[in-house]
Amino acid sequence: MLSKSKLAMVLFIVSEANFFALLLMAYAYYHALDPGGANGAGALDVVTTGLYSVCLFSSSATLWAADRRLRRQEYRGGIRWLLATIALGAIFLYGQGREYARLLRSGVTVSRNLFGTTFFTLTGFHGLHVFLGLCALATLAGLALRSGIRERQTQAVEAVGLYWHFVDAVWVVIFGVVYLGSVL
Amino acid sequence: MKGYELGETAVGAAVGGERAVWAPHESLLGWVASVDHKQIGIMYMVAAFAFFGLGGIEALLLRIQLAVPHNNFLSPETFNELFTMHGTTMIFLVAMPLLTGFTVYLVPLMIGARDMAFPRLNAMSFWLQVFGGVMLYFSFFARGAPNAGWFSYAPLSESAYSFGSGQDYWILSLLVMGIGTVAGAINVIATVATLRVRAMTMRRLPLFVWMTFVNSFLMLMALPILNAALVMLLIDRQLHAHFFTPASGGSAILWQHYFWGFGHPEVYIVILPAFGMISEIIPVFARKPIFGYEFVAASTVAIAFLSFAVWAHHMFAVGLSDVFNLFFAVASMSIAVPTGVKVFNWTATLYGGRLRFTTAMMFALAFLVMFTIGGLSGVSFAVVPIDWQLTDTYYLVAHLHYVFFGGTVLASFAGIYYWFPKLTGRMLSESLGKWHFWLSFIGLNLTFFVQHVLGMMGMPRRVFTYPDLPYWGALNMLSTVGAFVLLAAVVVFAWNLGVSLKHGEEAGDNPWDAWTLEWATSSPPPVDNFTRVPPVRGRRPLWDLAHPELADELQGRAA
Repeated sequence: MLSKSKLAMVLFIVSEANFFALLLMAYAYYHALDPGGANGAGALDVVTTGLYSVCLFSSSATLWAADRRLRRQEYRGGIRWLLATIALGAIFLYGQGREYARLLRSGVTVSRNLFGTTFFTLTGFHGLHVFLGLCALATLAGLALRSGIRERQTQAVEAVGLYWHFVDAVWVVIFGVVYLGSVL
Repeated sequence: MKGYELGETAVGAAVGGERAVWAPHESLLGWVASVDHKQIGIMYMVAAFAFFGLGGIEALLLRIQLAVPHNNFLSPETFNELFTMHGTTMIFLVAMPLLTGFTVYLVPLMIGARDMAFPRLNAMSFWLQVFGGVMLYFSFFARGAPNAGWFSYAPLSESAYSFGSGQDYWILSLLVMGIGTVAGAINVIATVATLRVRAMTMRRLPLFVWMTFVNSFLMLMALPILNAALVMLLIDRQLHAHFFTPASGGSAILWQHYFWGFGHPEVYIVILPAFGMISEIIPVFARKPIFGYEFVAASTVAIAFLSFAVWAHHMFAVGLSDVFNLFFAVASMSIAVPTGVKVFNWTATLYGGRLRFTTAMMFALAFLVMFTIGGLSGVSFAVVPIDWQLTDTYYLVAHLHYVFFGGTVLASFAGIYYWFPKLTGRMLSESLGKWHFWLSFIGLNLTFFVQHVLGMMGMPRRVFTYPDLPYWGALNMLSTVGAFVLLAAVVVFAWNLGVSLKHGEEAGDNPWDAWTLEWATSSPPPVDNFTRVPPVRGRRPLWDLAHPELADELQGRAA
């Protein structure tokens, strides 16, 4: 049986997955409706975003390393890996910010066409989830720095870990559908 | 095993320092700052009743306008605002919080726990609900209430057609409440999964808990669909995006798919807990265990799954393909089967029972008949040609009110008469209750039955007035008179609540001689719910306690 914190997080993730599935369906639907219209061919920089995505993907591994150490009460190592996770997540967000700025400068906006509408909604909500994940990770890092992670707080570490892996997995799908889909 | 440990510690831990945090206070601050599931449950119900008053006044204004042909009591604009607010209020601010109130009050008690799994999250859900509701009503003071219907079909709900801010208030308030509802659903599932007292297996769970447990999964899956659609509409309106604007390539039909993809599970979200209450009340007043416990529980799961495969029966008139329509017609008819199973089980429970006609039982029996009528007219809508003929007529209005009023509201009245003694320690007056019952029953049928006929004569819904065709004026007048009978019923009910709260007969722990754990503690229950949870050896722990020689497990009835 899962602890109640982990169970609650799993349920939350189920509902969030549903939310993202709907946004993704809207993107795919408009893409299928007008294959020439709602896609990012030519507008998206797949290589650069691919590199930033690697940061997000590897942050799942660093968080796993942090989780292992915190659970064995190795706080120094745990905090170090936690900070690495936060740094990688922040780099990804910075990359997304640059991508947005470049697109907006070239006239691709939410109101330009259906690609802009669906692209910014989908990736924007993902970015918001990354940002909230960073807040949660920073809270954990703060707790660990101040007083160490106590026994009952390890559940919180696990729950935040589940959330972070989920956000990561959502990006795998978005990157596949939106970015790779635009060049294939 | 987990449930045992947590159940035991939950009682044991309520001493010392924590007590100061958890103990409820009777002051206003004590209520506002409370994380106690009983106080939050009562606040949910009080908030729902307040909004029931507002939604009811809106309905009366609509009925006054419709009482006679060519009426000018309301302007068309006001009429649109009022039916939008009436629908939104009754679904999101009355039915959902009222049932959630019952859920968070009763579930921990019924499973022998001290509180919800996440008491603070519980308070958050409640306050999001309240502030969402207040925000929706604030729209009246901010350039007009929303007026695109409770379904907010695009592109009518888009900025090109609804240029006031009412639609934005509608979106934001539903989003706020939706987040609260998802949090509440997570909380209920976690509570049932981890806090059950020792030996309270899933097969011994009271059926009300079963229904709310399944219902929480429904909310968990359905509300994100609404939330996604809402943010898309908001982005359309505020950032000039194109999701649902056909003029710039968007799709108005996608909004309908998303809205009803949420909207049909929502119909079950506001009826499953009502089924749960009926499944508790009928056995107690028939003095028999429920007939076919497993079927009642399993059919709930079937309903939950099927409810996600029937949404397009709201869209038969859109002009989707015949194959598409056929699929949803068959799915919609098949969902009547698990619902019918329940009606059969309740009826079989009554058969051969020693019935006690308390007000609660009378409401439950009326529910059984009225809901079945609503269910039958519902099945008729699953037949595509009938739907084409009757959709958007008053036949549909009649159908949905038989389901919501005849179903959810009557069951909730039954629930209030049944559990009021537990909540307050005092009985509701049975004589006023009988008045309340008969006025409700007559008012309900007078108001809504004639609408079947009006619909078949072709009277469209959502029109602010109508021509003076034969019988239309007379039937509409009957319907309006019925609405005022319902007003009288609600006034009697409110009077009963007020009087009984002060002067009602003392209830004692278990006034109905009922069997589930909430009746094992005092009325109202203490902060920690139980000083000692009675042993659970079957589905009716208090029956086993009172009649050890006739215990369910000895009769081969227990799981």
